[in-house]
Amino acid sequence: MMRDNSYQAVMSRRPEIMKASVGIDYHQFELPGIGFDYERMMKETGYTLSEMQEIQGATGVGNTPLLEMNNLTALARKYAPKGKGARIFIKDEAANPSGSFKARRAANAVHHAKKLGYKGVIAATSGNYGAAVASQAAMHGLKCIIVQECYDSQYVGQPEIIEKARKCEAYGAEVLQTSVGPELFYIFLTLLEETGYFNASLYTPFGIAGVETLGYELAMQFREREGRDPDVVLCTNAGGGNLTGTARGLIKAGATESKIVGASVDLTGLHMASDNHFNRKSFTTGHTGFGMPFATSPDRSDVPRSAARPLRYMDRYLLVNQGEVFYMTEALAQLEGLERGPAGNTALAAAFALAQEMNEDQIIVVQETEYTGAGKHIQAQLTFARENGIRIFFGNPDEEVKGENIILPEHPSQMKARDVDMNKLRASLIKNAIAGASAITQEDVEYLMAETKTDKPFIVAELEKMNITVKV
Amino acid sequence: MIQQGTWVKIQRQVLPAGQRAPQLPEDTKQVPFLMWAKGFLIADAEMNSLVTVKTITGRLVEGTLMEVEPSYQHNYGTFVPELLRIGADLRRERWGGDDDER
Repeated sequence: MMRDNSYQAVMSRRPEIMKASVGIDYHQFELPGIGFDYERMMKETGYTLSEMQEIQGATGVGNTPLLEMNNLTALARKYAPKGKGARIFIKDEAANPSGSFKARRAANAVHHAKKLGYKGVIAATSGNYGAAVASQAAMHGLKCIIVQECYDSQYVGQPEIIEKARKCEAYGAEVLQTSVGPELFYIFLTLLEETGYFNASLYTPFGIAGVETLGYELAMQFREREGRDPDVVLCTNAGGGNLTGTARGLIKAGATESKIVGASVDLTGLHMASDNHFNRKSFTTGHTGFGMPFATSPDRSDVPRSAARPLRYMDRYLLVNQGEVFYMTEALAQLEGLERGPAGNTALAAAFALAQEMNEDQIIVVQETEYTGAGKHIQAQLTFARENGIRIFFGNPDEEVKGENIILPEHPSQMKARDVDMNKLRASLIKNAIAGASAITQEDVEYLMAETKTDKPFIVAELEKMNITVKV
Repeated sequence: MIQQGTWVKIQRQVLPAGQRAPQLPEDTKQVPFLMWAKGFLIADAEMNSLVTVKTITGRLVEGTLMEVEPSYQHNYGTFVPELLRIGADLRRERWGGDDDER
């Protein structure tokens, strides 16, 4: 029998395709009200920390170096009030086999696919995750297909994404590229159905749990080196998995005093599904276009219940501008002798500003770096921006207009990190989770407390503002 | 004529303008949703004709033949003078001002 492969037909088969392709019956974790049992899902479908360390270690993933940024710290102190200027460290995740921390997520996902007997893996990603899955698939002898949004309708591609396609192909993967639009998901579903391959989603419990080893390693490395845990762990935030997994790993290590801070490039005003805006972005990840919606509505991902739930762990969320991240990328090369990809330096740009608020004896760690290369490089990306009519000049980064200009700081003392109102994000998550219900239960309130890392009075006050009653 | 077995790139219109997902911004609705794939031509074909290719994972995909033996041309961009200034500024800020010492 021929399957109906029209857009509507395939989209309507989404639940059954998903179930067959990730091997998880998400339904079993649903709670009676609006929530689901997150911890049970993570426990029953994930791996233990030691299992993950073994899985990752077997393919050379993890145990990346922890490096102190002495010169960046010294520079930050120059502009900080007396006694301020925390020590800045980075965890050099670019040292992973595929060049980013995504290798951790992919190692688990591909191991799991192999264990369940799938012949191949598919992932929908324009980011480093594609190369990570392709690299792992190569090691395990599985086939691999990566679907990526790469070009606008005029076939002009983002150089950074083109480089990622190249890397996937270098590992023997098939790369399917699309123009701008969420219909990529339709292609993804048809591929899963056609091939019967495993959905190596970024958002499964095993994928997210794969990042727990990063948080755990951080705690262990700091204890060995400094005799204590870092004060702040800064994570570049997009889909939320990096922050979620790292925070969970820190908790597993007992590092409950470390503050978890997210950082994104501010791309406010650029529409992520706009064909015209696509090539006016100089960042394809680590930005607010993913960071905001995935924080406030985590289940928008490609699985029914995302394991990436950043607001459960985030203490603070900082925004930086494109010009500041490019500036910091150059600073990392010129002062620390490390050439790393621009997007992964988002949290580093925020760290440079945040360090100036903190005491000299405190420690800030930026928990990832990513590889750099042709296309995926500060010079390639600034050139591409110029070709697309973006003006690049020195000035006050606060005046940057996304899609129109990139303002490089006139002076390093102008580097800033801007706080997002966390309570606004939390309120937005509550609204999305409730999705139109007029009354919820006590159990739902507890779910929302966990989802937002808040207490009962906060949830109750927010519900009152929305005219939602709590059933006793 | 492009020979059977040649590695090529094809383009395919997945959804025409007008039949795209409802939640899209206007500019995106007005253009088709396109897909590109690479594979070995399964039969001799002319450029810009409708062909079938066998991808590296062995799938058969149909589309318009647009490029023969596709390769990557992305690079490190052109001269960006701002980067020279940033480097010099940062080194001066960190290590002091005398150019001759560097």
